[in-house]
Amino acid sequence: MHDHSDHSHMSDIEARVRALETVLTEKGYIDPAAVDAIIQTYETEIGPRNGAHVVAKAWSDPDYRAWLEEDATAAIHSLGYVSRQGEHMQAVFNGPGQHHLVVCTLCSCYPWSVLGLPPVWYKSPPFRSRAVIDPRGVLADFGLVLPEGTAVTVHDSTAEMRYLVVPERPEGTEGWSEEALAGLVNRDSMIGTALADEPAEHAQEGAR
Amino acid sequence: MNGGADLGGMMGFGPVVPEVDEPKFHAEWEARVMGMVIALGAAGQWNLDQSRFARESLPPAEYMASPYYAIWLKAVTKLLLARGMVTEVELTEGRAMTEPVPVKRTLSAADVPGALAKGGPVDRPAETQPRFTAGGKVHTINIHPDGHTRLPRYARDKTGVIERIHGHHVYPDTNARGEGEHPCWLYKVSFAARDLWGERAHPSDRVTLDLWEPYLRPAE
Repeated sequence: MHDHSDHSHMSDIEARVRALETVLTEKGYIDPAAVDAIIQTYETEIGPRNGAHVVAKAWSDPDYRAWLEEDATAAIHSLGYVSRQGEHMQAVFNGPGQHHLVVCTLCSCYPWSVLGLPPVWYKSPPFRSRAVIDPRGVLADFGLVLPEGTAVTVHDSTAEMRYLVVPERPEGTEGWSEEALAGLVNRDSMIGTALADEPAEHAQEGAR
Repeated sequence: MNGGADLGGMMGFGPVVPEVDEPKFHAEWEARVMGMVIALGAAGQWNLDQSRFARESLPPAEYMASPYYAIWLKAVTKLLLARGMVTEVELTEGRAMTEPVPVKRTLSAADVPGALAKGGPVDRPAETQPRFTAGGKVHTINIHPDGHTRLPRYARDKTGVIERIHGHHVYPDTNARGEGEHPCWLYKVSFAARDLWGERAHPSDRVTLDLWEPYLRPAE
């Protein structure tokens, strides 16, 4: 981002975006305050903590897990996570011998309501091209090597269904509160490019 | 269309490189583009599928080399020009020079929470029964349309199994052409990775796609 050529490229696009926003505002198509409010929502309110709450509840409450399996849209909406790119949800559950990975090969479909905005790598050609043909190679890029006997299912989000991976609950977390469990659920574990954190990394939180 | 966006199975892009502590936006303009694109949805001048088609119909080399929010910027500019909402000269000059076209609504800041909560559900009431049932075998059609489709190249003319019936959803292929929503049944279809990719795939791996009924035929 700091070399000169890239900087001038950015300046050019910045100027174009500024001109566009001015024209759209002057013509009354947008209100810049609404644009500010949208940005602020995704910068401060909607992010992977939402999804971590869903996962931790599914780990703690068998009835909730069953509901999430049957009707993820309703189960997630019941926790108040009702927003765009979460209108139609399905949860997929990792377990012994089964790992799930989510991709959108055609664009950038991602469950914004529970994970926030997607990271750049999720929207970029290396991930989108390879996740379906070489999922184990992609996982290796993230440092995740699965046991040979574990099957991988890749979910290509070709429609308006949005996918949330429920990672396996780490061992050694018996008796943990839902809140402490949520602290183990990193974003990538809900896409399928990582596992949930090990409790050793969060020993103090678990002991609370 | 067989455009630059249909990336599944392509090679040569190199490894996935996650960024440590990635910021929500890498520059202020990215945030403005994201916010403007969402805000413009309220104007009602295009639908979701027309917006997607505007992105995927960028020339492939340009699509693949553009940062994602630059793709959004180029596509939304194309739509604004096509609808006569802005002119090239206005964008160059950075000021309004023509009368605005009438739009459905201008999103206000106060309306943002409600609009985001409402989202854009695409399920529609059904008057028909789904043709396929869970567990049934299906074969995808072999199409290469110039227009929008959500059946990726790698999953055309392949045999899979219905895993779930998602519901009755807007059909993107007609919606993108402005020919109406024509809702139809949407299924989760599971394919053996080897049926898509041959011997290179792991024998126990699978790939699932969400596919509309017109993409599917019964298979033996």
